[in-house]
Amino acid sequence: MQLKLETLDTDILIIGGGTAGCFAAVTIAENSECTVIIAEKANIKRSGCLAAGVNALNAYIVEGQTPESYLEYVINDSEGLVREDLVYGLARNLNRVAHKLEGLGLIIQKDENGKYVSRGNRNIKINGENIKPLLAKAVEEKAHVRVLNRVNVIDYIVSNRKVIGAYGFSLDDDIFYVIRARAVICTTGGAAGLYRPNNPGFSRHKMWYCPFNTGAGYAMGIRAGAEMTTFEMRFIALRCKDTIAPTGTIAQGVWAPQVNSRGEEYDRKYGPPKTHIRIYSTVEENKRGSGPCFLKTAGINREDEAELFKAYLNMAPAQALKWMENGRGPAEENVEIEGTEPYIVGGHTASGYWVDTGRATTLAGLYAAGDVAGGSPQKYVTGCLAEGEIAALSALEYIKEQSFEELEELETMQKLEKVNRRLHGNPGIFTAEDMEEAMQKVMDEYAGGISSGYAVNSSRLALAEKYIDELLAGSADLRAADLHGLMHIYEVTDRLYVCKSLIKHLQARKETRWHSFQENIDYPGKDDDNWLKYVNSRFEDGEIKIVFRDLVKRDEVYEHKS
Amino acid sequence: MSIRVDSETCTGCGKCRDVCPGSLLYEAPSGKTMSRFPRDCWGCTACVKECAFGAIKYFLGADLGGRGTTLHTRQDDEYIHWVFIKPSGGEEAITVRKKEANRY
Repeated sequence: MQLKLETLDTDILIIGGGTAGCFAAVTIAENSECTVIIAEKANIKRSGCLAAGVNALNAYIVEGQTPESYLEYVINDSEGLVREDLVYGLARNLNRVAHKLEGLGLIIQKDENGKYVSRGNRNIKINGENIKPLLAKAVEEKAHVRVLNRVNVIDYIVSNRKVIGAYGFSLDDDIFYVIRARAVICTTGGAAGLYRPNNPGFSRHKMWYCPFNTGAGYAMGIRAGAEMTTFEMRFIALRCKDTIAPTGTIAQGVWAPQVNSRGEEYDRKYGPPKTHIRIYSTVEENKRGSGPCFLKTAGINREDEAELFKAYLNMAPAQALKWMENGRGPAEENVEIEGTEPYIVGGHTASGYWVDTGRATTLAGLYAAGDVAGGSPQKYVTGCLAEGEIAALSALEYIKEQSFEELEELETMQKLEKVNRRLHGNPGIFTAEDMEEAMQKVMDEYAGGISSGYAVNSSRLALAEKYIDELLAGSADLRAADLHGLMHIYEVTDRLYVCKSLIKHLQARKETRWHSFQENIDYPGKDDDNWLKYVNSRFEDGEIKIVFRDLVKRDEVYEHKS
Repeated sequence: MSIRVDSETCTGCGKCRDVCPGSLLYEAPSGKTMSRFPRDCWGCTACVKECAFGAIKYFLGADLGGRGTTLHTRQDDEYIHWVFIKPSGGEEAITVRKKEANRY
């Protein structure tokens, strides 16, 4: 098999057709005549983390709340380490994009006065089973947007620190794409599968975050020298055991408290009810021998139970099936909970590209939005939509002054040859799957995975660094028999780059800012005097270099300095 | 957890192959759909909902407490009927109205 070159030109290339990517495309189409290509590794109808659907819009300014109160919540939940300019910019747009989503066909529950029905202080109730098909339909109705489904993008084309396009290959045809663009928006999502998962056997992909979000956008950015921020703030979700289904639906739906095996409500013992404390408290209870932990649902009425079945079928059907298999639903039996393996995901924490207020990365011509963009936790669906819109408008402004750059033919041919080499020759001893398992074992044991109670210390991290570097060197020998195998090689390689960067970030923050997410045994306390600053990194000359950045406040407009 | 394609019922229309977020479904030599990577399934049920013939059955792996019950859907414009088939052959369905928001 030999891939053949196909060159495409587009005004703006969007990499990843998820929530942020689709909305960015719609925004460009509504504000210009520019051509857009969305390059999506699966199919935008059901790709990325919303493939199964979503149960609620978790970022909405409900009555009595304000964008300012939303910002305060995010600052507090993230222990002060957020880019206030970015979070505030999203908060002011959450409601508008939610209304737009309703206009696209999303069902949002309303009361008799036509007002959205809230679920808590920041959430509204929806039927989000079909959220991706609705977004995909909106994209497909736009004349100047071309969708390339099943095209796996592997690297940016960079000329003098300026991104001028990207390379990718088709999963169906023997085509190597060279896509030239006047601007690129990266919306590839975060990274799952870095750590050994909760269910390492047959159900290894039954995880919280989409297992096909492999950190490609982070890795491409790292390799191209883009600045990244706050990778050390990992995300660990509190989930229903085994099925890794959401717990918020039960906790907020029927107000079920977290209890230990003795039936004691434990989470408030460990501090205020913040996202990282909910995980940490459960980890600590288990460590002290008080586990397993549960959501106390036993005793809810049958009507509530029936509603829970429906809610889970709309977003995580495995949980409904589990109850059915069990013969006992949540009304009869408490729901066991556990923490997931850690992920890097900028829609929930602050990890990702270091961007300016307009979502430009530190590489000219490259913008980032959604889970791949850093500094702005608790984006959820609406925040990703709003961020896609901001990035799109910034990219449109940028290309007013930009023409297409000439491609270096030699560089293109070398890249193609490198990809083709993966499809030929000695397959070597190890497969991409072997490398993935090895990486997950290293990360689990030495970089704060489930088996180490999410905690790290400098000795373990030094070993993690050594082993991940060895695996990264070894990944150069991987070979594939077909296009799907080729994708697996790039996925594991991308994950290894993300791990390499993550380890450096974990080493750099010499305090414990967020329990479990970043639990440093050598420095167990939070140190506001010295560490209320961002840990950023750049990949230069084969090494991850750490840089520190000062906090950016709400009304600042942050620009990159050259 | 994963899915099984019932080759008797599958018509080979290919709609499920289009939507799998992991691109795990391929056309078998018979023209029907097969999952090439059962251990890589996320369990999103995109393919299950896409299949108008009920040919794709979702199940929990034994490691998640699966004991052989399967799940598939029957749909019309207004409803999704989620159909559970027990190992005994018994059937149970839960109906969700598409235009109704989750109460939780």
